[in-house]
Amino acid sequence: MSGTAAHPDQTERAPFPIEFYRSALGKKYVMAITGLVGLGFVTVHMLGNLKMYIGPGDFDHYAEWLRELLVPFFPRTVTLWLLRVGVIVAVVLHIHAAVTLTLQNRRARPVTYASKRDYIAADYASRTMRWSGIIIALFIIWHLFDLSWTGTDYHFVRGAVYQNVVLSLSRVPVALLYIVANVALAFHLYHGVWSLFQSMGWNNPRFNRWRRGTAVAFAVVVCGANITFPIFVQLGVVGHLPAGA
Amino acid sequence: MTDITLDSKVPDHPIEEAWDRHKFDMKLVNPSNKRKYTIIVVGSGLAGSSAAATLAQLGYHVKVFTYHDSPRRAHSIAAQGGINAAKNYHGDGDSVWRLFYDTVKGGDFRSREANSYRLAQLSVNIIDQATAQGVPFAREYGGLLANRSFGGAQVSRTFYARGQTGQQLLLGAYQALAEQIGKGNVELYNRCEYVDQVVIDGQAAGIVVRDLLTGAITSHGAHAVVLATGGYGNAYFLSTNAMACNVSAAWRAHRRGALFANPCYTQIHPTCIPSSDEFQSKLTLMSESLRNDGRIWVPVKAGDDRHPGDIPESERDYYLERKYPSFGNLVPRDVASRNAKIAVDEGKGVGPLHNGVYLDFADAIERLGADVISQRYGNLFQMYERITAEDPYRVPMRVFPAIHYTMGGLWVDYHLETTIPGLYAIGEANFSDQGANRLGASALMQALADGYFILPYTIGDSLAPRLGEPVPDTSHEAFRAAEAEVHDRYTGYLSVKGSRSVDWFHRELGKILWEYAGMERNRAGLEKALSEIPALYEEFKTDVRVLGDDRSLNQSLERAGRVDDFFQLGQLLCQDALDRDESCGAHYRSEHETEDGEALRDDEHFSFVSAWEFVGDGQPEVLHKEPLEFENIHLAQRSYK
Amino acid sequence: MTEPNAPVASSPHGTLDLTLRIWRQAGPDAPGAFETIDAPGISTEMSFLEMLDVVNERMVNTDEEPIAFDSDCREGICGSCSLMINGQAHGPEHGTATCQLHMRSFHDGDTISVEPWRAAAFPVVKDLVVDRSAFDRIIEAGGYISVSVGSAPDANEIPVPKTVSDTAFDAAACIGCGACVAACPNGAAQLFTAAKVAHLNLLPQGEPQRYERVEAMVDTMDGLFGSCSNHRECEAACPKEISVDFIALMNKDYLRAKFKNRRFLSRKP
Ligand SMILES: Cc1cc2nc3c(=O)[nH]c(=O)nc-3n(C[C@H](O)[C@H](O)[C@H](O)COP(=O)(O)OP(=O)(O)OC[C@H]3O[C@@H](n4cnc5c(N)ncnc54)[C@H](O)[C@@H]3O)c2cc1C
Ligand code: HEM
Ligand code: HEM
Ligand code: SF4
Ligand code: F3S
Ligand code: FES
Repeated sequence: MSGTAAHPDQTERAPFPIEFYRSALGKKYVMAITGLVGLGFVTVHMLGNLKMYIGPGDFDHYAEWLRELLVPFFPRTVTLWLLRVGVIVAVVLHIHAAVTLTLQNRRARPVTYASKRDYIAADYASRTMRWSGIIIALFIIWHLFDLSWTGTDYHFVRGAVYQNVVLSLSRVPVALLYIVANVALAFHLYHGVWSLFQSMGWNNPRFNRWRRGTAVAFAVVVCGANITFPIFVQLGVVGHLPAGA
Repeated sequence: MTDITLDSKVPDHPIEEAWDRHKFDMKLVNPSNKRKYTIIVVGSGLAGSSAAATLAQLGYHVKVFTYHDSPRRAHSIAAQGGINAAKNYHGDGDSVWRLFYDTVKGGDFRSREANSYRLAQLSVNIIDQATAQGVPFAREYGGLLANRSFGGAQVSRTFYARGQTGQQLLLGAYQALAEQIGKGNVELYNRCEYVDQVVIDGQAAGIVVRDLLTGAITSHGAHAVVLATGGYGNAYFLSTNAMACNVSAAWRAHRRGALFANPCYTQIHPTCIPSSDEFQSKLTLMSESLRNDGRIWVPVKAGDDRHPGDIPESERDYYLERKYPSFGNLVPRDVASRNAKIAVDEGKGVGPLHNGVYLDFADAIERLGADVISQRYGNLFQMYERITAEDPYRVPMRVFPAIHYTMGGLWVDYHLETTIPGLYAIGEANFSDQGANRLGASALMQALADGYFILPYTIGDSLAPRLGEPVPDTSHEAFRAAEAEVHDRYTGYLSVKGSRSVDWFHRELGKILWEYAGMERNRAGLEKALSEIPALYEEFKTDVRVLGDDRSLNQSLERAGRVDDFFQLGQLLCQDALDRDESCGAHYRSEHETEDGEALRDDEHFSFVSAWEFVGDGQPEVLHKEPLEFENIHLAQRSYK
Repeated sequence: MTEPNAPVASSPHGTLDLTLRIWRQAGPDAPGAFETIDAPGISTEMSFLEMLDVVNERMVNTDEEPIAFDSDCREGICGSCSLMINGQAHGPEHGTATCQLHMRSFHDGDTISVEPWRAAAFPVVKDLVVDRSAFDRIIEAGGYISVSVGSAPDANEIPVPKTVSDTAFDAAACIGCGACVAACPNGAAQLFTAAKVAHLNLLPQGEPQRYERVEAMVDTMDGLFGSCSNHRECEAACPKEISVDFIALMNKDYLRAKFKNRRFLSRKP
């Protein structure tokens, strides 16, 4: 028998952003935007961390510079905190959307296929976004303790960022953890950066060809560089600490 | 035998003004009263969907029934070539009058003039309606609509949407219907099959339906019932029609008193893919538009099995261009089909089973280039290659005729009302305005003209005086009895527990009909069929094996009901073909042909519509004649030379 | 016993001996399971559904209830056929519906598993038959252009650029088979919905209801199906090869629709 379709009435609506976010497409827009924010962050952050190759002075100076952003317009570290809040909100929204969408997807197919699915286009990266996402989330939490808040079982000195990095990453398991996290981020970006164009509706025959390339570029450059840090710390290229460290 | 007088209710105005003035003469239902009437539409094809959507827009309370899981699956979806309209956008001399003339001439002077004229007149509105609905017709680079020519016409009047015109037109009508369903003006009953017509005091009172998922047999009352249930080509088992197409709706109404007209007018499409073996369940049509650029030929010598590329031009017989210089490969369907049969019967058949003729695009590809050809027929070539694993760009297509469209159907008057008051038939289900042979791309035109622009007016004329009548109550004895009959019929099929499957009987019936009532018919063959079919039907009743139950989805049980009706229709078809002792259009009697092998009509004795009345099981049906007068188009021997 | 109903495949081409694992399920609530059925002597010229027809005829011979499956046109245009074959919607060939798949795509001795579409919005009716009327609900919500019959202007009064009409046609080619939902890892109906949104929103005739349409259709779809993560599996499984570019177009129109149809602050919620 047929049902009738409900038309959303104009007056019962929530304000635009809330109502938009309630829809799956709205959540995907938000994930794309927050993904962009995250992309921006990891890219800038990677570029910042490259300074460790120049030497501890520059690296710590960079860390210090972050605290000095827009001083005196803003008091010390306020800009940095604003940026942190922005990134935190982005990540929270990103995760919340990811979780609710995943639940919606599960409800959409309660009885799964009895025989093995043979995917054609849905590649490994796109099918593991949930897992790479979780790995990234856990990594961020560990990473904040490790290099930003308290350090993790090494001689953590607030402000001595270069030293903290060297001390932390010289431990093999921690280096491996950084590598695994960034491999996960690479897969995440390989699909994510291509996918966000779709979610935003940015689709044009003129630049469609470049989208996959952009995703690969970000994944390789950002994660590639990130992976060099633990490796080169392990190889001693980074880390000739001054005596008494 | 009741004394049925066939009043065609054709208005006596000059033919150009007949429809417009008749619209004024017809009684109207006040807009605010329309919602008091319940109308049942059976069928959601082009005819059913367009009618239901239009009636709902006007304010009637409409119920739509289809055995498909969605209205969008109706067989209209498979129409490929295009739809005719007298728009003359191509500026090559087309007009309403010429389309009317071509339709009557194409129909070999066996259609009702007034209907054919109205069809031509309304064809222009269909294109406007479809375009406004968003049907993506093909367009020229200037942004205006494109046309192409079709068999049997010397003007380009066919509008098309690549090779899927039927799909796009049906989606237009389906979407209009979906809008009304979404707004609650139409109740849709999908996977629900009409299994009997209920008549109370000589008036259509409602229908009995069977829910295909639960087997439940229920009734629905209505002020009027509209059958838009398509054609009966599947009586021949192998046809271009979809698997489930059947005659049951029209036949059950026929058994309740709706006369069946011209059942022997069954059109054969000249260009279908020949069957590759015994297991073939259906034949695939290659759109007739291919004949615009393809050249049909067979080897001159019989049994010449060389690869087509190795057969030089001199040893090729382009027989349509040879016999019909002016129309060539664009002769009407019956002429093209018959000549293909002649070629194969002379042993010149091509392909592994020698059951086809070549449709060659080599010259067209050379003349226009492969990309123009792929732009015009890309998806058709792809479809052909997928089925035969042969590439039409390099090897000529193999084609052969197959049963395709049925001009016959329930007898209807100018109002599209059958001989049961309150029961209407539209689209391919009625004996249409196509006469003995439908022009290519005219069936879509007729289905939409009936649904959008004719029925909504004419149904009002009979409903208006019945204002205040309640919807017939389904607790009435007539409904109870019909439901019981249906229940017994279906449990009957299950209880036979014979040895042969439904499809086996259907395939055998199809062979008989194809052999004796196919492209060529003769007295001896028809008489043989009229003895073989009843015998096979008896065997069916005592030896059919239908497994499963009638309380859940049972596709064999569905088919049993349909094949049962095909047996009865098949007998009437042969009876009609035997009775019509002449050749006209698709009905070709070998005893009646001109010296150069054309259909020889006997206008003096057979210029009438044969309308058959069901008088009881096992009894021959009674013939009623509706005489056909041709005041506007002079009876002439058709010539496509 | 009587000679078999099923015509023995006497085709001049190759024949295959196959083993079929077919999902059997008596009804929507009944438990289902794979049934192994031998299918010897299958001609490579047969289509997949003709093979099932032959198997069913043989089963009738041996008093076994035939396999229920949806099909009608058998030429890839009605969208009825809907089988998951060896873990792929509509089987291994690209741009091919189940009924267009021919047995020459398989090899002698293959085991072929056949399942119905799996999605909450497509409940199993029996064996391989599912109920896809959820698609009709999406179309009923807004997948149309409202034209009261008889009021249309002359067709050529609405010129449409050929490129726009051709693109609209590519989207309109959708046959509503549901393979996109079946193939999508998330069980999303983005491709089906986007195809109809794009078909109507690209055309000038669809302009007046453009934003009301996309909002109503997407919100209806949202309630019935999963969300789209841009896996592109739907495009790969689609028998009409409809492009995911239309999904991007729908997303853009949807954002604009929500913004254009937003509640003005002046009006209380
Ligand atoms: C392959 C093919 C190609 C064609 N190409 C062209 C072309 O190019 N141009 C052209 O003009 N014509 C063409 N035709 C003819 C044209 O498509 C049909 O004549 C026309 O579509 C018939 O439409 P309809 O609405 O009358 O019936 P259909 O579209 O057949 O619809 C019948 C409807 O009735 C329902 N139904 C039937 N019986 C019952 C029942 N007992 N209970 C409940 N519901 C029932 C079905 O579910 C279906 O919805 C073609 C036909 C075929 C088969
Ligand atoms: C800074 C790190 C991150 C970046 C740069 C990032 C980036 C992205 C991008 C660009 C997308 C594609 C959005 C779209 O399809 O439109 C995406 C999707 C996704 N992200 Fe992240 N993300 C990050 C962290 C996370 C975290 C912490 C999680 C934790 C669960 C996560 C889970 C997901 C999931 C599940 C998806 C797919 C959602 C879907 O389409 O169903 N991501 N991410
Ligand atoms: C392997 C490469 C990485 C190294 C060497 C590294 C190093 C650092 C260092 C030294 C800090 C502290 C900077 C400061 O206190 O100002 C920091 C902070 C941070 N890092 Fe990383 N990082 C790496 C990868 C990542 C990745 C992949 C992410 C995210 C997905 C990330 C997220 C963060 C965040 C959110 C902060 C806190 C920012 C702040 O408080 O200012 N880092 N990182
Ligand atoms: S988009 Fe493709 S797969 Fe999805 S319903 Fe339409 S035709 Fe089928
Ligand atoms: S496969 Fe599914 S995730 Fe989106 S792109 Fe297609 S609907
Ligand atoms: S049966 Fe019609 S699409 Fe396959």
